[in-house]
Amino acid sequence: MSVWIPLWLRKLAAPPHFYCIAGKLRRWSGRLAVLLGIIALYGALLLAPTDYRQGDAYRIIFVHVPSAWMSLFIYILMGGTALLGLIWRIKLAELATIASAPIGAAFTLITLITGSLWGKRMWGTWWTWDARLSSELILLFLYLGVIALYHSFCNARQGARAASFLTLIGLINVPIVHFSVQWWHTLHQGSTINLFGPSYISASMLWPLLTMTLATKAYYLASLCGRMRKQLLWQERGKHWARRIIAMGE
Amino acid sequence: MNVALVKFLAMGGYAGYVWPAYGVFLLVLLIDWLSASFHYRRLLLEERHRLTWKKAHQSHVSRTLPPPP
Repeated sequence: MSVWIPLWLRKLAAPPHFYCIAGKLRRWSGRLAVLLGIIALYGALLLAPTDYRQGDAYRIIFVHVPSAWMSLFIYILMGGTALLGLIWRIKLAELATIASAPIGAAFTLITLITGSLWGKRMWGTWWTWDARLSSELILLFLYLGVIALYHSFCNARQGARAASFLTLIGLINVPIVHFSVQWWHTLHQGSTINLFGPSYISASMLWPLLTMTLATKAYYLASLCGRMRKQLLWQERGKHWARRIIAMGE
Repeated sequence: MNVALVKFLAMGGYAGYVWPAYGVFLLVLLIDWLSASFHYRRLLLEERHRLTWKKAHQSHVSRTLPPPP
């Protein structure tokens, strides 16, 4: 296996090197997330016009939709890293799977709560057992299950393998969440923004939405790097490089 | 108070839904960020403590041992 992996990638995967790079990446993507988030909030709350049917209540879209995209995006990435970790036993892939789960759970929780607030105003109910809502709730339980399973093992690597298996099994839920609004007759509206086709949203509303999407992506990268660093330092705490970092304080 | 500001805060009568949604978004992400940095700092502190303890213990042991022949 080591034959076809390029040298720079192997260097990057070396724990001390990765720890250093991830620290820089965390700082810069964190700053980018804050900057993009402020621009997006300004656009969402002040510049975007009021919707002619939903009034200002529609402004929930600017936090609800990017969070919902992230909840699926992070799970798909976790599926990829789980597969890498299980097949090639790449330590960093295992770390990425475990570190992603709390962030994904956070975005799923935001999606459910903001959706509930929006639903109360527009549908007249906080919650309904509709296909989209139920499958998103199952997604939250999958994230929590991955976290719980990982922590139920004493050996971190065994825990990561078990959690990776659960992640792969849970992948079946991703297309169900995405296509639920097409497969079943649901209360939830269909997609407004389509990657491959016409989008049904005005440009003045679209740009804050896309900026917020980029902000959430940058946030995820920053949070992921922070969590992976911590986990790596803990797993390698007996090694010389980790001890030096612990002794120096950074 | 400024009329424009009051109008903005009222969110066309949907203030009770729009502001909590934004609040939850920022709060949950803030908790995620702070909990991660808290765990990282606690790990550094604990491990540093363990290392210094170990070092002190080792030097104590070497002091009490008889000198090598």
